[in-house]
Amino acid sequence: MNGIKDFTEIQTEAAKNLLYRLADDQLILGHRNSEWTGLGPILEEDIAFSSMAQDKLGHSQALYQLLHNMGEKDPDTIAFTRKVNEYKCCHLVEYPIGEYDFSLMRHFLFDMSEAIRFNMLSSSSFEPLAKIAKKFKGELKYHTMHAVTWINQLSTGSGESPDRIQKSLDVCFPLALGIFEPSEYEETLISEKIFFGEKALQEKWLEAVIPVLKNAGLKIPDIENITAAYGGREGIHTEYLKPLIDEMTEVYKIDTGAEW
Amino acid sequence: MSIKSIDPRITRENLSEEPDQNPIKELNHWQTYEVFHQTKKGDHHIHVGSLHAPNAEMALILAKEQYARRYECVNIWVVKSANIFSSDYDDEDIFETTPEKMYREAGGYKVMEKINKYKKERKGV
Repeated sequence: MNGIKDFTEIQTEAAKNLLYRLADDQLILGHRNSEWTGLGPILEEDIAFSSMAQDKLGHSQALYQLLHNMGEKDPDTIAFTRKVNEYKCCHLVEYPIGEYDFSLMRHFLFDMSEAIRFNMLSSSSFEPLAKIAKKFKGELKYHTMHAVTWINQLSTGSGESPDRIQKSLDVCFPLALGIFEPSEYEETLISEKIFFGEKALQEKWLEAVIPVLKNAGLKIPDIENITAAYGGREGIHTEYLKPLIDEMTEVYKIDTGAEW
Repeated sequence: MSIKSIDPRITRENLSEEPDQNPIKELNHWQTYEVFHQTKKGDHHIHVGSLHAPNAEMALILAKEQYARRYECVNIWVVKSANIFSSDYDDEDIFETTPEKMYREAGGYKVMEKINKYKKERKGV
C-alpha cells in the first residue's frame, strides 16, 4: 500500500492524471444531470435523479480533495477556474441532457462503468484512493440498480418507448466507449497497481452492460465498427462543454467567496 | 412570447407565456404504492408515505430516494395501496371503549400488594 509521500514523480503524475479524469467526469455529469431538477418526468424520478446528481458532485469533491492533498489547488478552485482544455472529462458527460431517454441511457452506461471502476480501485495500491472507492460503493450500487430498472422498464414498454431507448443506445454507445480512452500513464498505473487500466475496465464493462441490454431486448451496436469518441482525456472537448462551464461558474465568477 | 427566466434551463425550454389550457391526462398506468421502512434489522417496518410507480420494482427504486435518503434504513417494503384493506372512518366508534374496564388494562392488575407481601416475608428469612 502506498500513501501520497511514497510516490515517485512519475507515479504522482500518473495518479493525478487519473484523479482529474475521474473527478471531472463526475463534476460535469453531476452538473448535467442536475439540470433535470424540477423538470424531471415525474416527481418521484425528479427527486431520485437529482439526488444521484448530488452524489456525483460529492464524489468529484472527494476526488478533488485528494488532488488538493497531493499539492493541487483547493477543490473549488480546481472545479471552477480551469480553462476548458484543462478539463479531462470524456465527451459522453458533456452532451446536453436531451430527452429523458438519452439522459437515462447515459446514466446507465456511465454509472455501470463507474461501479466497476471504483470496485477495481477499492484494491488500488494507492491507499487514499482505495479508501474513497470503498466509500462510493453503496451509492454506485443504487445508481446502477436504478438505471437497470429504468432501462428494463422502458425497453419493454409500449408505443415509442423501446424505439427511443434503442436510438439513445445507438447515440450513446460510441460516446460511452470514449470513457475508456487510455492516457499516456496507463503503463505506470498498471505496473504500480494504482489502476488496472482502461482496457481492462472496458472489457469488464462490456461483460456487464451487454447482458442487461440483451435482456431488455435491445440490439447491441456493432462494437468492431464503432469509432470511440476519444479526445476528452487530452483536453479536446465537444462544443457543449464551454457553455456548461460558463453556466456552472457564473456565480463563482461574480463572487468567489459566496456562501451557498 | 416565450418565458424568460433567471433559471437558464427554463429559458432554454422556450415555454409559452400563455399556460397550456389542456387538462393533464390521467396517469392510468401508474399506481399508488405505500412505503414502509425499517431502521434496524429486526425492528418493525414503519409506514413512511406513498408514491406513484408503474410496478413494484420501480416503486422500490423510487422509494429508496423518496424515503430513505436522509434517514437510517436497512430495508424497504412497498405495497400497492389498493391491496390494503382498511376499516371505514364511519366505523371509527368501534375503537371507543368504555372506561369502566380497568381489568383490561395493565394497571388493572393489582400485584404490588402481593409483591410487597412477598418481599416482607423474605426479609424475615
